[in-house]
Amino acid sequence: MSAQDEQRELRIVGFLCNWCSYGGADTAGVARFIQPTDLRIIRVPCSGRIDPLFIVRALLNGADGVLVSGCHPRDCHYAEGNFYARRRLEMLKRFLPITGIDERRFEYTWVSASEGQRWQHVVTEFTRRIHELGPAPFFNPVSEEEWAKLALDGAARGASCACHG
Amino acid sequence: MRIGVFICHCGSNIAGTVDCESVVEIAAGFPEVVYATDSMYTCSEPGQEGIITAIHEHNLDGVVVASCSPRMHEPTFRRAVERAGLNRYMFEMANIREHVSWIGKDKAHNTNKAADLVLMAVEKLRRNRPLVAKSFTTVKKVLVIGGGVAGIQAALDCADGGLDVVMVEREQSIGGKMAKLDKTFPTIDCSSCVLGPKMVDIAQHEKISLYACSEVESVSGYVGNFSVTIRRKATYVDWTTCTGCGLCTEKCPSKRSPDPFNEFLGTTTAINIPFPQAIPKKAAINPDTCMKLQKGKCGICAKVCPVGCIDYEQQDELVTVEVGAIVVATGYDLFDWHKYPQYGEGRYPDVITSLQYERLLSASGPTGGHIKRPSDGKEPKNVVFIQCVGSRDRSVDRPYCSGFCCMYTAKQAILTKDHIPDSQSFVFYMDIRAPGKGYDEFTRRAMEEYGAQYVRGRVAMIYPHGDQLIVRGADTLAGTQVEVPADLVVLATGVEASQGAVKLGETLRVVPDQFGFFVESHPKLKPVETNTAGVYLAGACQGPKDIPTSVGQGSAAAAKALGLLSKEQLESDPAVSKVNVNRCVGCQKCIDTCPFGAIKAVTDRMGRLKAEVIETVCQGCGICTVTCPQGAIQLEHFTDNQILAEVNALCPPKMNNVSFE
Repeated sequence: MSAQDEQRELRIVGFLCNWCSYGGADTAGVARFIQPTDLRIIRVPCSGRIDPLFIVRALLNGADGVLVSGCHPRDCHYAEGNFYARRRLEMLKRFLPITGIDERRFEYTWVSASEGQRWQHVVTEFTRRIHELGPAPFFNPVSEEEWAKLALDGAARGASCACHG
Repeated sequence: MRIGVFICHCGSNIAGTVDCESVVEIAAGFPEVVYATDSMYTCSEPGQEGIITAIHEHNLDGVVVASCSPRMHEPTFRRAVERAGLNRYMFEMANIREHVSWIGKDKAHNTNKAADLVLMAVEKLRRNRPLVAKSFTTVKKVLVIGGGVAGIQAALDCADGGLDVVMVEREQSIGGKMAKLDKTFPTIDCSSCVLGPKMVDIAQHEKISLYACSEVESVSGYVGNFSVTIRRKATYVDWTTCTGCGLCTEKCPSKRSPDPFNEFLGTTTAINIPFPQAIPKKAAINPDTCMKLQKGKCGICAKVCPVGCIDYEQQDELVTVEVGAIVVATGYDLFDWHKYPQYGEGRYPDVITSLQYERLLSASGPTGGHIKRPSDGKEPKNVVFIQCVGSRDRSVDRPYCSGFCCMYTAKQAILTKDHIPDSQSFVFYMDIRAPGKGYDEFTRRAMEEYGAQYVRGRVAMIYPHGDQLIVRGADTLAGTQVEVPADLVVLATGVEASQGAVKLGETLRVVPDQFGFFVESHPKLKPVETNTAGVYLAGACQGPKDIPTSVGQGSAAAAKALGLLSKEQLESDPAVSKVNVNRCVGCQKCIDTCPFGAIKAVTDRMGRLKAEVIETVCQGCGICTVTCPQGAIQLEHFTDNQILAEVNALCPPKMNNVSFE
C-alpha cells in the first residue's frame, strides 16, 4: 500500500448494533484507540435488524466495503437477534460472488461493549483489507440493445459462456 | 421540514481534531437544514437553552446534535427538544466524538467524516415521525439473585421500602463469603456478629421470601414485568417442617462428606446444616455421600427426625415468580492457585488459601478457632503470607488487582499474633494497596504493633524441608534472595468471577467482560445499572469489592429498584414495530421470530389474518422487520426507508449513474 493510497479514503459503511458493537466502538473512542477514518457507522438496534439488502444496496451504490458487527452469539440484548443475523449474513456472504461482487468487501464480526481494543483491531484490519482491494469497480449499466447483444453472444458460445461455465 | 444542526466542540475534545466551523458551513447546505451553529458545550445548560431558543426563533421541527455518543446524551437532548415543544423523537445525534475526534488525528479527514455523519443524521431525521409512549403497569416485586452481603443489603433495603422481595441463593445458606470470615478489617469486628443479625432479618422479614438451594433457570419478560423460573434443588428434607434441631446430623453415619462451607478443610456428615448461624437453618442431604441414596441402606436420619421431614424421594421443583426488577449479586469465586507450579500445585497440605485460613481462625470452623496446620495439627510458629496469587499477573490471565487481599492479609497477620503470641508472620507483597478509610493505618499496625515482616518481592518456589516448608523469594528492596522457613503458607488468592456468571448473564441478557464480571451501564455514572432495563448489579459480580463497597452497592441497587417501581406506571419506548395491515398477508413469520411474543395474530373485519404488535411488550429489536417478506411490519424510528436514507447519504446512488430510487 503506497503512501498515496493510504492518504485517500475509501468508503466503508458499518452497521453496528446499539448494545454491543456500537458500545464497543464508543469504548474504543473513550480509550483513544486510533483507527482509520474510512468507516462510517450506521447505528441499528440489533444485528437482527440488518436486512442483507441494506448491505447489497450500499455495495451497489459504490461502497468499497461493508462491515457488520453485533453482540457475540448468546449475548444478544434481544436474546436471539444475532442468531438471525448470523444466518442472513452468512447467506449473503456466499451469495455475493454470484452477483459479481467480491465477497471480501463484506465482513461480519462480533464485538462486545467492553471490547474497545478488539474493535480497533477489527476496523484496522478490515480497512487494510479494503485498501488492498482498492476502490470498488464501477458498475457499467448497459442499454437494452447491449443486453440483447450480450445475450445473443452468450447463446452462440453455448456452454463455454462465462456465466454458464 | 425545518431542521436545526448543532455542532458541539466539547471543549477541545471535538474541536481539537475536527474543524467544527467548517462542519457548520457544510451542514448549512444539507437538505431542509435552515439553521446550523456550533457551541462550546451543547449539553451544558446554556447549550441546551441555545437549542430551545433556536427551535423557537427559527421555527424548527427537527434537531440534529453532533457531539458525543447517543448512548451518553441522547436522553438529555431529547428532554431539551421536548421542553421546546417538539416531540422527543424529532431528534437525531451524530457521534463525532467517540467515533471521530477521539480516534483520528487527521483534521481534514475527521472534518470530512463529521460532515458525513451529520448528513446521515439529517437524512434519517427527515424521515422521523413523532412517537408517543404508552404506559404499562409493573409488578411491585424484586428478585435478588445471590444471598451474600450485597444481596442481603439490597433485599433488606427493598423490603423496608415496601417492595416484596424474592431472594434466590445457590447454596444451602445465605451469607456468602462474608459468613465464612472470622473477623473483618480494619476494625477486627467479628464477621458473623455483624452479618448474623442481617441474615436473621432476611428470614424474618414478612416481605422477603427466601429460596435457598435454588438457582435461576430462565428469565423472560421485560422491565417491570419479568417472569422468572427458579429451580429448587432437591434437599431430600421437607423444609416446611424441618426445625433445624440437628439431631439427624449428629446421628448420620456417613461422616466423610466434603465440607464446602469450611473450604474442604474437614469433612462433614451427609445430612448437614453448614454452620450454626445458617439461614435458613434447615438440614439438607448431600446425595453423593448419603448411603441411603447411594446404596439404599441406612435411613437413620428418617428414623431419628422428630418431625418426619426426611424425604428420600424428593425431586427438583420449578417455581415461577413474576417480578418487576432484578438485582444480581452473585459475588465472586477464588482463583484456582493450583495453576502456579511454584506453590506446589497442591502437593503440600500446609499451603492453604486465605479463605481456608479464615476458617481455621474462626471459632465455628473445623478446628474450633485454634490454628492447627492441616498436615499434622501442630500450631504453626512461622506463618508466611504470599500476596497477589492470581492477581496482577498476565501469565495466568488475571491482570487486574483483586483489591482487598492486601487488607485481609494484614488482618490475618494481626490475628495470627493474637492467636499465637510467639508466632512470626512474613508477608511477601508486590505493593500495599490500602486506599480505604483507616486502611493504610491498619496495615501499618500489622507491621509496627504486631511485628509482621513485610518482604517486597515474589516467591519463586516452595519446597519441603523436614516438617517445614522453605519459601524462597526475592527481597527487591534489599536486592537479595531470601529463604523463610514456614510452618504454614497462606496464599492471598485473587478474586475471579463467579462460576455460573457467564451462563446467568446469558439468561439475564447482561454482558460479562472478558473475565466474567458483569459490565455496568456506565463506569462512572451508572455503576449499578446494566444495559438491560430493570436489571441491576450489586457487589463483586461487577468486579472485586470489599464488604463496605458491596454493601454500598447493594443499597444503591435497591434504591434503583425502588425508584423504578415507585412509579405507578412505566412508559414504554415507542420505537416499536408497527404493522401496515394493507401489506400484511398474514403469513405469521414475524410471530414465529419475535423473541418476546410481542406479535399476535388477529382477524380483521373481512376475516383475514393479520399480525398485530403488542406495543408494551415489543422491545424494538426489529428482527420481525427483516423477516417480513412484504415489508409490512416496520420498526418505528429505524424503518427500512430511514436506514436506506443513511446508506444513500453515505453512498449516493449517482456514484454509479444508476438510480435505485
